Amino acid sequence: MTLSGLLVQLLNGLVDASSLFLVASGLSLIFGVTRIMNFAHGSFYMLGVYVAYTFVSHMGESVGGFWVAIILSSLMVALLGALIEIVILRRVYRAPELFQLLATFSLVLILQDLALFIWGPEDLFGPRAPGLTGSIEILGRNFPQYNLVMIVIGPAVLGILWLLLNKTRWGVLIRAATQDREMVSTLGVNQAWLFTSVFALGCFLAGLGGALQEPRIPANLALDLESIGTAFVVVVVGGMGSIPGAFLAALLIAEVKALCIALGTIHIFGIDFPMSKMTLVAEFLIMAIILVIRPWGLLGKPQATARNDHSAEPPLRPSLPIFKWCTAALVLALVLVPVFEETFPYAQIILVEIFIAVLFAASLHFVMGPGGMHSFGHAAYFGLGAYGAAILVVTWKLPMELALIAGPLLAVLGALVFGWFSVRLSGVYLAMLTFAFAQIVWSIVYQWDDVTGGSNGIFGVWPSDWLSSTTALYYLTLSIMLAGILILRRILFAPFGLAIRAARDSSLRADAIGVDVKRVQWVAFVVAGLFGGIAGAVYVFSKGGISPEAIGVGRSIDGLVMVLLGGVQTLFGPIVGASIFTWLHDSVARETDYWKAVLGMIILLIVLIFPAGIVGTLSHLWQWIKHHRPLQTKKVEASK
Amino acid sequence: MSLLTINNINKAFGGVKAINNVSFELPRGQLLALLGPNGAGKSTCFNMLNGQLKPDSGSIKLEGVELVGRHPRQIWNEGVGRTFQISATFGSLTVLENLQMVLLSRDKKLFRLWTPAASYYKEEALVLLDQVGMADQADRACSVLAYGDVKRVELAMALAHDPKLLLMDEPTAGMAPKERNQLVMLVKKMVIDRNLSVLFTEHSMDVVFEHADRMIVFARGELIADGGAEDIRNDPKVREVYFGSGKSFEAA
Repeated sequence: MTLSGLLVQLLNGLVDASSLFLVASGLSLIFGVTRIMNFAHGSFYMLGVYVAYTFVSHMGESVGGFWVAIILSSLMVALLGALIEIVILRRVYRAPELFQLLATFSLVLILQDLALFIWGPEDLFGPRAPGLTGSIEILGRNFPQYNLVMIVIGPAVLGILWLLLNKTRWGVLIRAATQDREMVSTLGVNQAWLFTSVFALGCFLAGLGGALQEPRIPANLALDLESIGTAFVVVVVGGMGSIPGAFLAALLIAEVKALCIALGTIHIFGIDFPMSKMTLVAEFLIMAIILVIRPWGLLGKPQATARNDHSAEPPLRPSLPIFKWCTAALVLALVLVPVFEETFPYAQIILVEIFIAVLFAASLHFVMGPGGMHSFGHAAYFGLGAYGAAILVVTWKLPMELALIAGPLLAVLGALVFGWFSVRLSGVYLAMLTFAFAQIVWSIVYQWDDVTGGSNGIFGVWPSDWLSSTTALYYLTLSIMLAGILILRRILFAPFGLAIRAARDSSLRADAIGVDVKRVQWVAFVVAGLFGGIAGAVYVFSKGGISPEAIGVGRSIDGLVMVLLGGVQTLFGPIVGASIFTWLHDSVARETDYWKAVLGMIILLIVLIFPAGIVGTLSHLWQWIKHHRPLQTKKVEASK
Repeated sequence: MSLLTINNINKAFGGVKAINNVSFELPRGQLLALLGPNGAGKSTCFNMLNGQLKPDSGSIKLEGVELVGRHPRQIWNEGVGRTFQISATFGSLTVLENLQMVLLSRDKKLFRLWTPAASYYKEEALVLLDQVGMADQADRACSVLAYGDVKRVELAMALAHDPKLLLMDEPTAGMAPKERNQLVMLVKKMVIDRNLSVLFTEHSMDVVFEHADRMIVFARGELIADGGAEDIRNDPKVREVYFGSGKSFEAA
């Protein structure tokens, strides 16, 4: 490595830091005031790139035209953000944290299909910035002029934001609202417009971050999820709601990544460490380290204890006989499905998929509902179980039966390590740390070609002969799913189930009666990891293989959506949620190219209309009917 | 020997000395009230006793065992029960399950994964609930109870592992006057029946002077008086803290 090479890499780091900061500062600002973790922030960034592509292509031939186009694009994104805030987000501010996330996630789906509809699926290379197409020489190496501008823009925006927040009335209101929004509204400030303006400003920054990338990267549909992961990391590392913190974190992360690239492959003790491959993991490792040392980020403050959304949850009661009979009937119907193979040839295949999803969702629900820990990276355990089983069969030549048992143990191992760190945090920070661990697993799988097959994955993982028919696999999956659900349910009613719910309801009280809260939560993590891992192992054999896409962010999010769709407060919820989600996914995807948008709309409707999930809403309805009927009859009697 | 011996504890938050060289003892079978105006250091003292805060210096001994530096969980294990100023129970569990939790924790059975929790300690839990008059509501969720009832459940939970010492931070706050007396009488009965020691803070002077065996008074982080009802009533320092010296009016 030469000095000039290092210098150029460090400068590249500054460029990346600027663009990271723009996106992350908006996210942090929005979170600080509205307490919403805006999953769609990456989508606004992506739209920024696309809109800028269109504007710059039309009017960006002159220097002035280019910069006007950039600003116009950012304003367009801000306008869209404001509109979305008014129409949708205003309705979910009072909803539990998870529902807000779900609502913003549905926006991710809708906005992605909107971009697909307007700009099409191909990558779009935009024109470069006029007047800045050349490069300058630094120690004998070429460095693009446009990148120099990018380096300046980051600190400039930081300065402007600082002035805005510290020297204007609006800024004072924002800072006040960040600390105590109830107090601000008591002082007669119209919160609604304050929130809208903050959201619009945040979207403007995301749009600007995207628009400025237009000359550097092609506009594509993967930008949203790519950028949101990193932006979350920056916000969490910097401290939620802290703008200077976001800047510091962006700088730290971008420079560490640049260093990894500059170092190339290093040799320690005769082993090659490809540091340049570390870039995918680097940011998440930094986040994991920072969160363990400083749980509130570099410049963040401890969060006020989150509203406990669970304490009003009804106690778990043993099921009524009628419910047990219905379940038995349903199971019987499922057992009989293969008999009607000729009438419904596709039924077994989709049902196997549903069973796996149900087990996955139930394991996530275990840690999320009764455990009260919102895991945003449950795909990690699914992935570890899946890859564990696949590697055992393909590389170690173990029989399937053994791999099915041993594979999930890898997930247990993962849960032991990740859980130990995660239970030290709570709320959004816990969610982000679990997310980081899932990303680390994904990155390792994606890059460790020798063991995991890299981006191609591992294929040719077929079940043993006696299980190779569709029907045999169907019964295997059905019985594993049923056993998993019954065991998880059993645990929830056992002393340990009581303990995790108790630890969730009040850690203060749990401490005061001698409960080791962290250990209880840790074990809950491991139990959930085990069943998530089993779901992954079964998945491998049902599909004949596994690839990194199947264990990415999408899988974690799908799990969350399933659980919330069904309702987090009931045990039956995740089962219904997973079934409906998988079925919808399958049937909608076959009908339209825009299934994501349809799915997004459905999720949005559910969040707005049934905030307790499907099963939750039905059971509320049932309670309501039960309590109101006798009342009416009493009234009738009284009037007589 | 006293059950609880507190020796020269100190705690400062930044420049504020919340507790300044406080020492006192609590013998077995005594109901001791901790009094003082807002900001006197009562809650700080409480939180140090149960391990939520660590004193800067000094020692807190329960029957000779040092409690400073130990986790609330371990202090509970030594036989210290407590109730909170804002009651903390497990809202999504039934009243009965709340009690079962304590009993499961007492016997280290929390990590059992198979046998349903409903089959553990039902009788014992009901007996404990009966003591506080909550047995008839055993099957209701704690989150739907009236606040006074939550306080009673919390008391039953604090007593479930048969502690030697009970710490109660404003046990009757938010209760109706009649309920207050019932609750404190109940505690008093435990003190006599079980030779239990109780340390409690309280704003209702009626309750304190009616039931407490002894009182200690805090002001600005220091212990200014210690004695029976009559001594405290006539103590000039206590009067000054609560009613002022009257000098602020003389000056004008």
